[in-house]
Amino acid sequence: MYEYLVQVQEFISQPWPWWMGAPVIGITIFLLLYFGKEFGLSANLRIMCAADGAGDYADFFKFDWEKQGWNLMVALGAVFGAYIAANYFDADYQAHISQKAVTTLNDIAGDNILTYGDVPIVPGRDVLHQDIPEFWDIYSWKSLFSLRGLIIILVGGFLIGFGARYAGGCTSGHAISGLADLQLPSLVAVMGFFVGGLIMTWFILPYILRIGF
Amino acid sequence: MRAFKYILVGIFFGFGMWKLEAISTFRIIEMFHFESFHMYGIILSGVVTGLIVTQLFKTGKIKTIQGVTKQFNDKDRTWPRYIIGGIIFGMGWALTGVCSGMMFVLMGAGYTVFVVFVAAAMTGTFVYGYLRKWLPH
Repeated sequence: MYEYLVQVQEFISQPWPWWMGAPVIGITIFLLLYFGKEFGLSANLRIMCAADGAGDYADFFKFDWEKQGWNLMVALGAVFGAYIAANYFDADYQAHISQKAVTTLNDIAGDNILTYGDVPIVPGRDVLHQDIPEFWDIYSWKSLFSLRGLIIILVGGFLIGFGARYAGGCTSGHAISGLADLQLPSLVAVMGFFVGGLIMTWFILPYILRIGF
Repeated sequence: MRAFKYILVGIFFGFGMWKLEAISTFRIIEMFHFESFHMYGIILSGVVTGLIVTQLFKTGKIKTIQGVTKQFNDKDRTWPRYIIGGIIFGMGWALTGVCSGMMFVLMGAGYTVFVVFVAAAMTGTFVYGYLRKWLPH
């Protein structure tokens, strides 16, 4: 029995191909619709603001946020799910990106820091993973106290929170739920995501990454 | 128990997103450079199954747990918010390589600095709520 469980764990621990997105996203949407809800994770930011009393400052936060508590539970579950996946079901802790992408990343860094087949999944050092190259150590407390980390974490986080609410949804609400419901506004929002994303990736991000760390 | 089922959905989703590497900043940079099909494949396959599931609920072929047909609200057809808000979100997504769901996932995986990230995102949402009446929608 134990041997069998180890085999299952090893099987799941392999890198997953893209088409696993079909069951993962499909089942998530199915369950939430079955419970009478809708899939959209950025709404949690609004709920958290409302729960912290933001209703005193703007009517946008005056709503019955306790009825939305289920969405916070989804986010909380995602925290646990990631913990389990990262610690027990990830064989190599790597992002299996293409050779071309590795070349692009090395061009940005101006040095052959990363090698194909050996790219960390998250660009940041945590307690267990200290062997991340200095240039790609973005998501760590040490990085937060550098200009580069401060810009990426604070400005980036701000843009996501501001933009997601302005657009009325994020990747889950528009690109998944909205497109699945054939909503034209969601298609426009997703095109907006890509326009903003391409401008940032091609014209701004390389210069921010090259700021000292 | 009512809350527990949503936590289970979240566990399933967070687990899947980690395994699909959708939480990886490198995957997002790769996507915006069109250097792999991986992220597009995840989104497209998710939309296809999501579309089938949504239509089954919309037409009432599957009822919700309460035994009723799920009601869907059409999104308002006022365009500036989707264009401007979308571009701002896209810039944040590409700058960090993390979207609003993935910041919770990364926090759970042990990158505790994402507490600050979530606080910054909440600040962004708060400022939007505060400025809302002056912004074009």
